[in-house]
Amino acid sequence: MKEGRNDFKRGEKLGKISAEPTWKDLGTGFIVDDPGNSKEYKTGDWRSSRPVVDKSKCISCGVCYIFCPDMAIVKTEDGFFEADLYYCKGCGICAHECFTQCITMVAEEE
Amino acid sequence: MGKRIGIEVSIAAADAIAMANVDVVAAYPITPQTHIVEHLAELVAEGELDAEFVPVESEHSAMSVACGSSAAGARTFTCTSSQGLALMNEIVFIAASMKLPIVMILANRSLSGPISIWNDHSDVMSVRDCGWIQVFVENGQEVFDHVMFAFKVAENKKVSLPVIINMDGFALTHMIEPIEYWEQEEVNQYLPDFEPVSRLHPDKPISMGAFGMPNNFTEVKKAQDQALRDSKPEIIKAWKELAELKGKEYKPVETYQTEDAEIVFMAMGSFNETLSLAIDEMREAGQKVGLVKIRLWRPFPLDEIEEAVKGVKQVIVIDRAISFGGPGGPVASEIRSALYGQENAPGITNYICGLAGRDVTIKDFIKIYEESKAKLHDRVRQDEYIIYGVRE
Repeated sequence: MKEGRNDFKRGEKLGKISAEPTWKDLGTGFIVDDPGNSKEYKTGDWRSSRPVVDKSKCISCGVCYIFCPDMAIVKTEDGFFEADLYYCKGCGICAHECFTQCITMVAEEE
Repeated sequence: MGKRIGIEVSIAAADAIAMANVDVVAAYPITPQTHIVEHLAELVAEGELDAEFVPVESEHSAMSVACGSSAAGARTFTCTSSQGLALMNEIVFIAASMKLPIVMILANRSLSGPISIWNDHSDVMSVRDCGWIQVFVENGQEVFDHVMFAFKVAENKKVSLPVIINMDGFALTHMIEPIEYWEQEEVNQYLPDFEPVSRLHPDKPISMGAFGMPNNFTEVKKAQDQALRDSKPEIIKAWKELAELKGKEYKPVETYQTEDAEIVFMAMGSFNETLSLAIDEMREAGQKVGLVKIRLWRPFPLDEIEEAVKGVKQVIVIDRAISFGGPGGPVASEIRSALYGQENAPGITNYICGLAGRDVTIKDFIKIYEESKAKLHDRVRQDEYIIYGVRE
């Protein structure tokens, strides 16, 4: 499993995306010449509820990691899995799939 | 000088594409475009043309393949008509927004229904706003010349946009005409190798067709509009270079007998051949009538049209498509819009005719002229148009 993504300095290049380019600043045909820059995009903003893990019930099986459609779940140093809230959209698939039901979706307002 | 031979225009068009050393042809057969792609398939199958011929399962796939091969840096051609264009519609717009220099011949045919295989301009008018450079030709020689022109303009790094050559179905595609083929050296001299502005290549990965957020979309579209507008000087340059090579100069708007004309016809495509003869006949009868031919439809040649109708009292705009429920035929609506508010702007009458290949003869054009002339001093409403020859 790659853990490198957490090392990515979030927002490092974000200025390039969130800045407001004029039409003259745009390249031919709106071509993206910076491959992989979608990882700079914070999809965590879309979330209305977040997954919270009860580590006492977690068996570290990784089924949440396998099912996450956005690859937003990462393995932590102590062997557990948690959502990277920079990307997690709060879809709840991890909570639905979890064998021990150790993941609860908590509304962001709380 | 190349040799001048009597040949079916579609075959000559295919030969021109082969001489332009196309790399990929992706097309699905549809009347009246069929002979063009059939002949290209033959040339590839017989080993005379070193190109990929992709016999796709639909026009949607034809344009998709064209986008892919152009993005990979291959000189790409496709060809369709009517329903085929309607089916590829989605990708036609995408090709322009990604600035892929594909060349397409559109053998103009009416859109269904009722089903018709014959010629009018309803197909091209359905993609008026697709972002491609769009030119009209009026005879077989112009088709041949414009194949070379289209690749030259499309692939020009200052342009990098797809080009549609509008060629009337049957009236041109199935005619046998005298056509002067270019020498291969002339083609090579006029048309340099394709060097794409950007291409899909593993050495330098890029993404084409990316998501455009509301934050950027308007800017992207403004850039696209400006790119199409900015292509005009390059288009004119390519026609000038063609004139230096071949002696015939094409222009965005061409005129015939307009010097002292009070009334001018304005039309696109093969009707201009018939109209030229009608003008000759009316001139002999002492009428001050001329002809303004729109060759470049997109980018719209506003300045050239203004110049062409300067001093004219009335313009008779011939449309070959109906804008259902609209303020006139598609061409007339744009001409009215373009000339509105101009000082001494001419009156405009609008005739829709020649739908689904119905013959419009010299006599018909003379009748249209007489009818229109009778309204010279009337105020013709902006939304008035006449569907000529319709049985009441």
